[in-house]
Parts: sequence; C-alpha cells; structure tokens
Amino acid sequence: MRHVISILMENEAGALSRVAGLFSARGYNIESLTVAPTEDASLSRMTIVTRGSEEIIEQITKQLNKLIDVVKLVDLSEDEHIEREMALIKVRAIGEAREEYKRLADIFNGRIIDVTETTYTIELTDSGDRIVEFLAAINADEIIETVRSGVSGIARGEKSLHP
Amino acid sequence: MVQITRFRGCFYLLRELYTRNSLRSSKAGMREKSRFVNANGSFESVFNVAGAGNINRVAISLKRMLTVELTGAEILVRSLKEEGVTHLFGYPGGAVLHIYDALYQQEDVKHILVRHEQAATHAADGYARSTGKAGVALVTSGPGATNAVTGIATAYMDSIPMVVITGQVFTSMIGNDAFQEVDSIGITRPCVKHNFLVKDVADLAETIKKAFYIATTGRPGPVVIDIPKDVTANKAEFNYPKTVSMRSYNPVVKGHIGQIKRAVAMMLSARRPIFYTGGGVVLGRGAAELTALAQQLNYPVTNTLMGLGAYPASDRQFLGMLGMHGTYEANMTMHHCDVLIAIGARFDDRVTGNIEKFCPHAKIIHVDIDPSSISKNVKVDVPIVGSVPDVLQEMIALIKGGNKKPDEDAIGEWWDQIAEWRSADCLKYDEESGKVKPQQVVESLYRATHGDAYVCSDVGQHQMWAAQYYKFDKPYRWINSGGLGTMGFGLPAAMGAQLAHPDATVACVTGEGSIQMCIQELSTCLQYGLPIKIIALNNRYLGMVRQWQEFFYDGRYAMSYMEALPDFVKLAESYGHVGMRIDNPADVDGAMEEAMKLKNRLVFMDFVTDQEENVYPMIPAGAGLNEMILV
Repeated sequence: MRHVISILMENEAGALSRVAGLFSARGYNIESLTVAPTEDASLSRMTIVTRGSEEIIEQITKQLNKLIDVVKLVDLSEDEHIEREMALIKVRAIGEAREEYKRLADIFNGRIIDVTETTYTIELTDSGDRIVEFLAAINADEIIETVRSGVSGIARGEKSLHP
Repeated sequence: MVQITRFRGCFYLLRELYTRNSLRSSKAGMREKSRFVNANGSFESVFNVAGAGNINRVAISLKRMLTVELTGAEILVRSLKEEGVTHLFGYPGGAVLHIYDALYQQEDVKHILVRHEQAATHAADGYARSTGKAGVALVTSGPGATNAVTGIATAYMDSIPMVVITGQVFTSMIGNDAFQEVDSIGITRPCVKHNFLVKDVADLAETIKKAFYIATTGRPGPVVIDIPKDVTANKAEFNYPKTVSMRSYNPVVKGHIGQIKRAVAMMLSARRPIFYTGGGVVLGRGAAELTALAQQLNYPVTNTLMGLGAYPASDRQFLGMLGMHGTYEANMTMHHCDVLIAIGARFDDRVTGNIEKFCPHAKIIHVDIDPSSISKNVKVDVPIVGSVPDVLQEMIALIKGGNKKPDEDAIGEWWDQIAEWRSADCLKYDEESGKVKPQQVVESLYRATHGDAYVCSDVGQHQMWAAQYYKFDKPYRWINSGGLGTMGFGLPAAMGAQLAHPDATVACVTGEGSIQMCIQELSTCLQYGLPIKIIALNNRYLGMVRQWQEFFYDGRYAMSYMEALPDFVKLAESYGHVGMRIDNPADVDGAMEEAMKLKNRLVFMDFVTDQEENVYPMIPAGAGLNEMILV
C-alpha cells in the first residue's frame, strides 16, 4: 500500500539525513521525499511517499517518531488529504508540435514558462497521477528533460499538523 | 535596589571598583549583605546595590566585568561534574588537547587512560551496566572516533546509557579533509540514540545537559557529542541548566491504565502463564517489582540473556534463560503457554527461533517503554507502552485490590508439567571426562564468589556457559554484549565495573579468542590497580564458530583454530599481573579459591578446557522453541 507520511521536524543540520538514513538502514523504500522550512523557521516539514504492508508502515511511523529531531508526524493517507507535485518538462517544440503542446498544456492546466525557437518548458502542478498522464501524452522522444519535485501533502479541512 | 549575587571571588574586585570609579560617581550605595566561601574555595558575595539614576546600567556593567567566562574545555569538565560524573574513560589526541588540559587542572572527574578507544567505550559501557548511571568516554577526532564506534554500536544494541565525547577538527576546517578529520556525526548516526555537533561554545553546556537527558531517559542509549577544537578554546559564561525540556522528545512513563486492566484480567485468567522478561527490566530498574509480581501470582519466569538477574536465578519459580541456548524447561514452557507476559524484552531472533512456530497457543501481553519494540517481530494482543516499574506497580495494586485470583488448580498442574520438563536436567554435563569442563569452571566461579560477583563476559561459547551456569540473583551483575555480540568487550567492561565497585569481585569470563581482541587493556588494569579475575576458557578454538562448523559444515573447521597462542601466564606476568594455568579438573576449585584470595591483584586464569565441548541445549536455526537438541 502507498502511504503519504507528513513529518514536522526540528530545522537542524543533519535532520534530513537521520530520516533518509533510517529508511536505508531498515530497508524501507522511499518513493519521494520533499522537505522545506515552515512559517516557523525552527521547523521543517517533510512529506515522504512510501510503500509497505500495514505492519511495515506501523514500524516506519514508530521508528520515525523515535528520532529525536521529529516533533510530530501523521500518515496523511489514513484520512482525506490533498497531494500536489510540480513538474518541469522541457520538450522539443518545432513546427506543428508547438501548437499541439500548447493545447496539451492547457488541457492539463499547465503553463509554458520558457519558450525558445526549438523548445518549450512546461510547468505542471497537480497530483502525481496527472503528471504521469501528461508525460504519457507526450511522445517520449520529444522530451528533453523532466524535473519532478516529489509529493507535498496536506490534510483536508480543519485537521493540521503543528507542534 | 538591585541585588547582585553569586559573583565568584569578586569581593576584592568589587571593592576596588567601588573605591575607584563607577559606583562612586553614580552615587550608588553598595552594601555587602553576606559573604561566604563556596565549594571551590573562592568568595561569593551578595551585595545590595542601591541608588538613583543609572543604577541598572551600573549593575549590568558590573555583572559584565565580574562574570567569569570559561573556555569550552572548562565548561565541558564543569558540566560533567554537574552531571555527577566521577569516571571518564578516554585517550588523548590533537583535537581534545584543550579538554585534557582542563581535566589536568581539577580532581573531581577522574580520567582513566585506556590503551585503545574501543576499550574506552566498552569500559564506560561496563560502568553504566553495573551502576545504571550513564558511562562517559572521551576520544579524539578521526581514528579516535572510528575506534570508538564498535563500543558505541555495542551500547546501542543493548540500550545502554552512555555519553561519548569526540573531538573534531576546527570548525573552519570541517569538510576540508583535514588531518584526523572524519564525519563522526555521519559515521555514528545509525548506532546512537542521538548525536550533536556543537558549533558554538555558548551552546555547549545545554547540549551536554540534553545528551545526558536523552541517554538516560526513555529507552536508554548512547549519545555522541562532537566538539570542534576551536569550540573547546572559545569562551562563554557557564550556566549549567538545572532541567531541560525538548518539544520533540517526551518519553512516556505511565502505562495506559485501561490496557493495564486488560492485561491483568488476561493474566488472572491464564492456565499456563509465563513471564518472559528482558534487559528492559534491568535497565528500567524494575527487578524488585517483577519479583513481587511473579511471586504474588506464583507464575514461572524466564529471562533473556540481557535480562538475567532481573529475577533471582536461585528461586524456584525461575526456569533459566530461554532461546537458542536456553534451558529445555524455559523453552518448552514458552512453547506451551497460553498467556505470555513479555516485559522489557524485544522478541529477538535468538529468543523466538522460527517466528512461525513461536508460542502458537499464547495470548501475548507486552510491556515496553519503546513503542517501536511492540509488534515489531511478533504481533501482540495487549501492548502497554510505559516504564516497567510503573506498569508493574499498577498491576500489583490491581491484583491485590481485586477479587479475582489465579486458578490455583490450573497453575498447580502447570507447575507439575514444568517439573517434568525440568527433570530432563538439560544442563548436565560429563563430570568424569578427566578434562577441565568449561561448565565446571563457571560453577566453580559461582561457588568461590558466592554468586555475588560482577561477571563480565566476552562473546562466544564461554558467554553462553557463563549465562547458563552462573546463577544471577541480582540485577546489574551480568554484563555482556548481547545484541551486537562484540568480542573484546569483556575485559574493558570489567574495568568499568571494577572502577564503579572497587571493593567488589569482578570476573571476566572469556575465551582465548575474545581476550586477544582487547588484551592491551591489561596495561590499563596495571596502571589503575584493577584486581579483575580473568577466567579464560581456553579450548584453542573459536569455540562457537567451531561448534557451528561441526553441526552445519560437516566439521570443516575453517579458520576456527588458533595455532599460535601466547603463553597467557607469562603474558599476564609481563604486564605485572598474576598468571595461572589450570589443566586438571581436580585443580579447578583450589585455583579459583587461591585467585579470589589475591584481593588486590589481577589474576589471569588460563583454563585449558575440553577442546570440543559444545553448548547445549541448542535450538537449530529455523526450528521452534519445542525442537531443542538436548545433548
């Protein structure tokens, strides 16, 4: 099962490596990991997407909680939540393809943020699935490079994660 | 009026200031309220400073002028003193020279100079295991830190409270591949409870406070503090915090009362119960509560390797150790139980055997301070997160106050069944072989020390024999590397235990393989006059490796034989100790008594034992607890 775990942690040097080290040392897998400071500069918020059985996920959350730098965490996938990921996709855009990519970007609510005579760079912010769909809609040979941010997640409604 | 208080040794300075300038010109009045000599032999005075106008400014500037700033090295040493540290195990080097200079100028914290940094961490560990207090080690940067890692990992696996201070290169040099630089924080991260790099001397005292707090609370463990050399030279005001609180670290103490009630009901309805208890009972200081609870119920008790001593081994209700080399009665009782009460134990693979076959009929209660230990290997029915003595006290009170009592008939039948398993006498061995039997040596040690020694062991067959044949009646007496299985642990751990208990008998049960992994510490023992009794079970084999090769590799003894052993008697003598060689079983008891009489000398007893003796009983890999090999 895929799980999205959101972690509030001390914004200190080495905190990220403690989490990453825990996953590799105990053989858990990380599908994506994002981290940045919050409005409170002493705290960082991390979103980890991982896969595993219920027992494994239970161990992951317990082991994460045991890290001294972890202030609080929640398994977002236990409840209603929103996931967003940003992708930057640079494509070869020559001739008729230029129109085609413009239409495709519009359909997916993407924006073309850089234009040259031969390329477009498209920004897309959506769920991971939608980004995969977008990539599938483009001829793979036309993609010059892709950068994905990894998933950020937040609970719906009043629920929140704070210290 | 402003009161200025507690300025060390400042009376004369204050008077000087007063007569000379600022205080007089500000028309402030200053009256000495009291004066006393503090513990350091310097004056502390309390002044009332009164006056108009800029009196606060005067007070602040006075405070600034009079506040004593200490170097990072001095702050470190003073902080250790504040933590009640009496012994510091270490080895000097470039990055920690300031610290050694500060240590040299005081007498409260005694530094023990080991001969290898691995031994510094093991000795601090042995000190911790024999006292329950945090052990402290100090090593230099680079190789000092990497040598210490084995000892840190050993303590981590067994949840031992320890604070390890590692020197580091100058802050400005970190990351530049400087001489003796290593990423100590990175290297130790997977084997510490937490670690800190101190970059500012102003943070040092608080970091030390946090380190001791983290190391000794909740599920204990080692904490590393990495201190760059410039931080030990820089100055700051010294204020050791009385308490510390961390929003991200709040260990649980009280167990959930609803869960405790459920557990008690389950315990009282049991027909075939057993207590399975581990190192958490010793570390959590719950041995007295465990004994009271088990005796209140008249239920059988088994201990893990780490839990020995938590329940008196000479008591009728004790079934011995369980697991791979546990007793037949302990493992059979486990296998057939209907309620398993696990306390401070972690269902390690050496205990459970094949997890599919583990306790097939049992409802499981698990008390542990660490939530991640619960349902990690075996799914449990009633988990209770809390400190062992707190939870057990609640249980004892609930049972005492309630109406329900254990089913005496069922428990009686259960004890009859256990007696039958016991009659297999699984620890019997051939006493007529004409060879010195390792089991016989441990039994002899037990008698000669009246079961009251601190027994430190290395790792291998001798470790299992010590665990099986020495009956530990008290906690903190059995000191061994259970989780990591670190050869070389025994002798330095014994040094830590002996320094903590100078008048007690400390024995190091070892083998000729293990002892050579930290043999250099015989020199440390000489320097500090540590009268450790080394009981070397010398079978000229790496015994446990040989045993497995005999069982599972058709007797192909690859690299398990040592062809070039030193003469241990002469070796001990060359270090200024007493050496003995015993190769006749009839001489074992006499030699043991003779050695114990040498109260102030280290005695190296080289027992030439039966070469191919195996540790029995044994559960082969992949088998269940009911599938033991008895002989």
